[in-house]
Parts: sequence; C-alpha cells; structure tokens
Amino acid sequence: MNQDLVFSMLFALMLATFVGFAVIQNVSRLLHTPLMSLTNAISAIAVVGSILIAGEQKDTLTTVLGGVAVFASMTNIVSGFLITDRMLKMFKEKGPKS
Amino acid sequence: MSDVVTHLSYLAAATLFIFSLRWLNRPTTARRGVAAGIGGMALAIFGTLLHPEIVTFSWIALAAVAGIAVGVPLSRVPLTAVPQRTAISHAFGGLAAGLVGTAKYIVWLHDGELTSFRTGAIIVEILLGFLTFTGSLMAAGKLQEVIPTRPITYRGQNAVNFVLLGIAVLAGIALIADPTKAYLFPVVIALSLTFGVLLIIPIGGADMPTVISLLNSYAGLSAVAMGFVLENQLLIIAGALDGASGFILSVIMCRAMNRSFTNVLFGAFGQVQVASGSVEQRAMKSASAHDAADYLANATRVVIVPGYGMAVAQAQHRVREVFDTLTKRGIDVKFAIHPVAGRMPGHMNVLLAEADIPYSALLEMDEINPDMPQCDVCVVVGANDVVNPAARSDKGSPIYGMPIIDADKSRVVIAIKRSRNPGFAGIDNELFYAENTIMVFGDAKGVIAEIAAALKEEEQAAAA
Repeated sequence: MNQDLVFSMLFALMLATFVGFAVIQNVSRLLHTPLMSLTNAISAIAVVGSILIAGEQKDTLTTVLGGVAVFASMTNIVSGFLITDRMLKMFKEKGPKS
Repeated sequence: MSDVVTHLSYLAAATLFIFSLRWLNRPTTARRGVAAGIGGMALAIFGTLLHPEIVTFSWIALAAVAGIAVGVPLSRVPLTAVPQRTAISHAFGGLAAGLVGTAKYIVWLHDGELTSFRTGAIIVEILLGFLTFTGSLMAAGKLQEVIPTRPITYRGQNAVNFVLLGIAVLAGIALIADPTKAYLFPVVIALSLTFGVLLIIPIGGADMPTVISLLNSYAGLSAVAMGFVLENQLLIIAGALDGASGFILSVIMCRAMNRSFTNVLFGAFGQVQVASGSVEQRAMKSASAHDAADYLANATRVVIVPGYGMAVAQAQHRVREVFDTLTKRGIDVKFAIHPVAGRMPGHMNVLLAEADIPYSALLEMDEINPDMPQCDVCVVVGANDVVNPAARSDKGSPIYGMPIIDADKSRVVIAIKRSRNPGFAGIDNELFYAENTIMVFGDAKGVIAEIAAALKEEEQAAAA
C-alpha cells in the first residue's frame, strides 16, 4: 500500500470534516429535515463503488452484491434529492395572500 | 485520458457537494443547493462510468432503473412519514457500504491482493455499514410503529451488546492480522447485523430524533470507509460531509434534551419514567373551544407551541386558518419550535411550511423564550414535555434540566389535549395544573377547527 496515498486520503478526510462542520453549522435550523435528506442523497455517493463492483463482473456473487448496492444507492439518490426539493418548495417567507 | 476526465469530474462533484450544503444556510438559496447536489452526483456517476474496468453496463442499468422505480414513490410519502423514509434511506446507505465492502473482500481474497490496510478499511466499512442497515430498519420500524416504540430492555443488556461488539472487533483484528482467515468474515457481518438491532431495541420513541441523526452520521462514516477501501477521495469527502452533518444534528438533539450520547444509547430512558409515576389526581381547569377563541380574539401577542400530536391529528391546516384570522386582525402570532418537536430534527418546521405558514413566523426556542413573559396567550397543541416546567424546577423529574419553551410564563395558556392521560413519554405535566392554564380536551384537529369557526363567527358578528 502506497503510504503517500493513505496520507493524502487522511488529509482529505480531515479537511472535509472541518469544511463539513463549518458549512453545516451555518445551515438554518428551519431546514434541518431537508438537510438530512440532502446529505442522505449526497452520501449515496456510495453509488461510485457500487457501479465499479457491478460493472467489473468478477464473479456472479460480487456482481449481485454490486447490483443490489447500485439499487440501494440509486434509491437514495432519487428519493433524497426529490424529497428535499419537495420540502424546500414549501418554505415561503410570507404567507399566501389572504 | 479518460482517467483525467474521471478525476476532474470527481473534483467538480466534491466542490458542488460543498456548495450544495452551503446554500442550505438560507431558505431563499436552499433549492439551488439541491440543484448543485444533483449536478455533483451526475458528474460523479458520469466519471465512474468512464472507468475502463467496467466491462458491462447492463447490470448497472437494470439496478439503477429499479432504484429509480423505488426512489420516486419513496420521495412522495406524506411529510409526517419523512422520519421513516429518512431512516430507510440510512439503511440503504449502510447496506450499499456493507455489500461493496463484502464484494471487495471476495475479489481481493480471490486475487490475493488483500493487504492489512485494505482489510482494516473493509472491516470498518462493513461494521458501520451493516450495523447502520439493521439499526436504521429498526428505527424505521419504531417510527412507523410496526415495532413497539417503548424501549425494550432486559437485565445485562448493555453487557450483552458490548460483548457482541467486542467479539466483532476481535474477529476484525484477527482478520487484519491474517486476511486469509475468510471464515471470520461472515462472523463480523453477522455480529454487526445483530449489533445494529440490539443497539436500537432499548431506545424509546422520544429519542428517535437523536438516533436518526446518529445513524445519519454512521451512514456517512461508512461511505468514508468505502473511500479508503476503494482509494477514492470523492467518497471520503462526501462521506465526511454527511458524517459531520449527522454528528452536529445529534449534538443539537442531545443538548435539546439535556442528555449525553451515552445516555441516549445506553440509558433506556423509559425505565426512569415508569418509576416516577407518583401522580395524584389534581384539578385541571377545562374550557370550551369558544372560550379559547375569546381569549385569542382579545390578545395582542399569541404564541403557538406545536408538538408532534398536532401533526398526528393532521391539525396543521386548521392551525393555519387560526393563524390567518388572527394575523388579519393585527394580532402578532408566532410559532415556538422546540428542537426536538417532531420525530426528527427540523420536522415541525417542514410540517408547518407544508400548511403554508410562512417561515418568518417560525421561531426557535432560544429566540422566543425571552419574549414569553410578554405573551398574552400561548396555545399548546399536541406538545407536552417540551413545555413542562418540571424540567426547570423539579429535580426528581426525568426531564429535569431539559431546555423547554417557557409557555407557563405567558399570561394565559390554552392547552389542547386529547385526554387527561400523561403524554408520549409518560411524564405528568405541571403546566396543565397551573393557575393560568385552561385545558381544552378533544382531538386537536376538531378543537382547532372549532376555534377557527368561532373566531370567524365573531368577526362576522362584529362586521354586521
């Protein structure tokens, strides 16, 4: 295992964690539910690994595992982004003209 | 060449993900955040499909279509069911991580490419992935109430859990020392699946906001571990953003209940409450919806404290009618939102936004509490523990120390409640016996509708 690579991954993890803390602390408390469904969709980035496993077709078992993982990730991507947008559309600054 | 394109698209994807979360800081830019997230994900998938190792796309396409077919209906659930959907989504995230880790182990074991580092990363990935999978399914079951929401506890529970986790970790370490001991791999999987179930069983419904946030964090961390397995920085970055988000939300939830992580996970909250059942029958003042409407019509400042009970009764649209009528009369109406109101962080805001209540009227507990003494009428709808003054004064109460909305400081409190029974957490509420409190008993939706009708009637009478 390439030591440089391990360390560059650790650096990425450290920096991304701090960026995450900084950015998330500024998220409006109003939007914490959409925040969670949005991060849900983003963490479905696991789709990357799933696609690689399903696509390289090493053997039947791993292809099936990869396929199920693609399915699970894709479900999260689609439902996560759609429901986040659906919720955000409801937030209005002023009430309907009454 | 395609390698460079892949790397560039991953880099752009990571940037877009950060912007996506950044734009969520204000409701006005939030939808742009979703667009950025979708763009990032599209780029990530595009870059991945360029990988030369991919020999066939048919399986990927089939699985993706199936995922879309399930994902679209999942995004259309009623907003009261959003916590369950979120929990299921954590479960799927954990499952994907666990399966990819397992597949990677099989491939590398076969090719003789398992190093200790790779095995270690895989172990972390499958531990987190599979425990998030079953844990989140349990949480979803409790939220959907197909599994009892009451904490299920037994003697020595924590010891059993720790022993199980200990064995899983030991098996993992043995695997790292000798990655070819393949028989240990299913042991780790089975133990993490079991641990996920056992971890959630003793946790009660009231703690779900914290648990959901914690599982969110685990799902993110399992993606980070997958990044280390696949040597992919994009996975690490996106996973870390998710992990950080879940962590911050869990801390906010814990603070809002004055509890620690360990207490939520291992404290079995329900136990304490049963012990504190010394309830003497005391008098409550009860009144009709008409009386409540009179109080409201004569107020200048009104604060509404909504709880999950309001959402269960589907009363939010009737609440909006009352809000509209009062606002039209020049009465200042605000909503006081406790951080743990609802079943997940921010849940109440979404439910009220759905009912067309403008977010400028939704105030955080900390924002509204200093103004509570100037409040004329405080209406408590379906909320209970979050307005219980025992949290401030009664050291013996299980919720002592929990920050609450100071509803009792309002001149008049109108509490709408289904019955005289204690609420969800089973704790008696001092507020309901207070001098300045009047109770209106009945279904929240029906009572609020009656109040709205009474207000309109009165308005018409005044106009005539």
